[in-house]
Amino acid sequence: MNGRAWQSELGGLADPAQFTEPLRVGKADGARLSDLLRTMLVIRHTEDQIGRLVVEGLARTPCHLGIGQEAVAVGVATRLRATDRAFGNHRSHSHFLALGGSPESLIAEVLGKASGASRGMGGSMHLFGRDVGFHGSVPIVGATIPIAVGAGLAAKLDGGDSVAVAFFGDGATEEGVFHESMNLAVVSDLPVLFVCENNLFSSHLDIEFRQPSDRIGRYADAHRMRTLTVDGNDVLAVEAAAATLVEAARRGEGPALLEAVTYRFRGHVGPNEDLDVGVHRRMADVQAWKQRCPIRRLRDGLVAAGVLSGEDFAAMEREVVTDIGQAVGLARSAPYPDVSALHDLVYAGPR
Amino acid sequence: MNDPTGTGPHETGYGEAIREGFVHLLSRHREVFTIGQGLWSPWYVGNSMTDLDKLFGKDRVIDTPVSELACTGAAVGAALCGYRPVVIHPRMDFMVLAADQIINQAAKWHHMLGGQARVPVTIRAIINRGGEQGAQHSQALHSWFAHIPGLRVVMPASVADARDLLIASVLCDDPVMYIDDRWLYDQRAVLPPVVERPLAAEGPKVVRSGSDITLVGAGYSTWLCSQAADILAAEDIDAVVIDVRVLNPFEPAAILASVGRTGRLCVVDGGWRNAGWAAEVIASVAEAIDPRALKASPRRVTLADAPAPTSKALEAGYYPDARQVADAARAALPPRRTA
Ligand SMILES: Cc1ncc(C[n+]2csc(CCOP(=O)(O)OP(=O)(O)O)c2C)c(N)n1
Ligand SMILES: [Mg+2]
Repeated sequence: MNGRAWQSELGGLADPAQFTEPLRVGKADGARLSDLLRTMLVIRHTEDQIGRLVVEGLARTPCHLGIGQEAVAVGVATRLRATDRAFGNHRSHSHFLALGGSPESLIAEVLGKASGASRGMGGSMHLFGRDVGFHGSVPIVGATIPIAVGAGLAAKLDGGDSVAVAFFGDGATEEGVFHESMNLAVVSDLPVLFVCENNLFSSHLDIEFRQPSDRIGRYADAHRMRTLTVDGNDVLAVEAAAATLVEAARRGEGPALLEAVTYRFRGHVGPNEDLDVGVHRRMADVQAWKQRCPIRRLRDGLVAAGVLSGEDFAAMEREVVTDIGQAVGLARSAPYPDVSALHDLVYAGPR
Repeated sequence: MNDPTGTGPHETGYGEAIREGFVHLLSRHREVFTIGQGLWSPWYVGNSMTDLDKLFGKDRVIDTPVSELACTGAAVGAALCGYRPVVIHPRMDFMVLAADQIINQAAKWHHMLGGQARVPVTIRAIINRGGEQGAQHSQALHSWFAHIPGLRVVMPASVADARDLLIASVLCDDPVMYIDDRWLYDQRAVLPPVVERPLAAEGPKVVRSGSDITLVGAGYSTWLCSQAADILAAEDIDAVVIDVRVLNPFEPAAILASVGRTGRLCVVDGGWRNAGWAAEVIASVAEAIDPRALKASPRRVTLADAPAPTSKALEAGYYPDARQVADAARAALPPRRTA
């Protein structure tokens, strides 16, 4: 960068050559970890199918795939309850699914069908699943961060131990509202978990061109807020950090920032790798990050621990693929919303 | 891409014409620079700024963090200090985050500080909608901004205006919002060499003459008016088309003169109906014209008052097309006998 020394504070966490080894897992935890693996596979294959629907031309709504980033959503979601309030951004298929939203309702939403998560009114970028604790995602960068703070305020006023969670990217930390929101959450002592999926890019632009450091956690330091930075492609590391921060928030110890360092395998939008639009995105980097695949690392860990055999994994994946194939079929044949929805849904009350 | 500065008449597209405007400004005016998201990317702003960073340097063509408010404020600040920045908002919806700097700051400083502070900033807002992008990736908020005194608002509809109104906006000593529309980027025309003209000299223009009804549009809706005029011409209806071009300050004289002759008015607006810009045009005519000169109630074609949907089933009927404009025009004309 011109005129100033840029420094990676993340070091090895941002280096795809590191953290590629299988995860170390205990056999006792095998069944639960197999479930996490399965959820990551569901996300991976659902998004893969959505990518195919984009290529086919059936899905036109912009689809931002999180393939490669599944461990962040899954690691956090395992520490949440349906009564917590999570919010997402433009890249939120993984959050919706990790919390328990169904692939069929996601795919139907992407296709604009009435059976979709937002009844066909939102598409990929506007998802809703209150029954699983997913209170909405929107593509205006940063928009749900203060909204999550408000959900945290509501949780505090309710007097229970629910927490609010905002999932957002490193790009969103460049919007002023992120900083205002952190400050407000800290001074008001709110049960909010800010989860930054730091994939080192905001659309075409490497974080190196946008910020003086690649470590988002430094903003929490400035707001005297608790923060942990972890390998976002290690579902166990994400889960452990989420456990610490969510439980603290439940005990009334206030907000925290969880920074999960990761990388997207696909382009900013759509199923292609889109190297052409990245100022700094190289095929060699994409390939290197694929060696740090969160699914493969957990699978290899489970195999090494003797929890799963290679054949068990293959069977699990086949089952997931079959289920998602069925979900795609149902979504394809589902009806579109009635055109009256355009007018009838503008106001909650009578027009 | 060739550098068209100084060339003679040549054919070009709307997006490329915007780029030609930038090339002209950046090569002839040292105080011009441009700042916004995506300026180093080949796809963010269509083909309207391709490789400008390579031609003029990354110090004058600045790609930015995701910080609409700060970037707009920084452009305002540089404008106060002698520069003529163009701040780019690749989508008008994202520009909403910069509303304070546009409405409370840029538009007010000259007046509020006794005429001593000038803010020659151009705020380029791109309308980008359709394609099932939905409510937050589709808005045409020109009416909103045209409401603000002190902020000039222009909407180029033609390829020539894409280039020339940009140049006039940047060379103007006031803050100007320049609104271009991705749905116009494929338009092509032959452009003459650049002549710098003051923005204050620009206003509504008759782009097609006729005698039966006056159709009024701005930006893409002018194109719809022209398409509708073709449909009507096949039915022996002669429509005038007026391209408003400058929404604020609004000078309705050309529209008044035309409606005085045709007695019929249909305004086409890419925004919503309630409190929208089409209402301003109709109100200006209603106030100024002798009611006896009107042969039919004025009409408007606008978006329905609902956010943009994503589902194809709903999006298909959401954006008005030329056929709807022609229908609205016909409804203002006396019924004809069918052959
Ligand atoms: C307010 C606003 N500004 C700009 C955009 C355009 N935009 C969409 S996604 C995106 C990248 C955001 O990067 P990040 O937050 O890191 O999320 P990622 O895409 O990497 O998951 C940008 C700039 C937008 N949607 N909203
Ligand atoms: Mg990012």
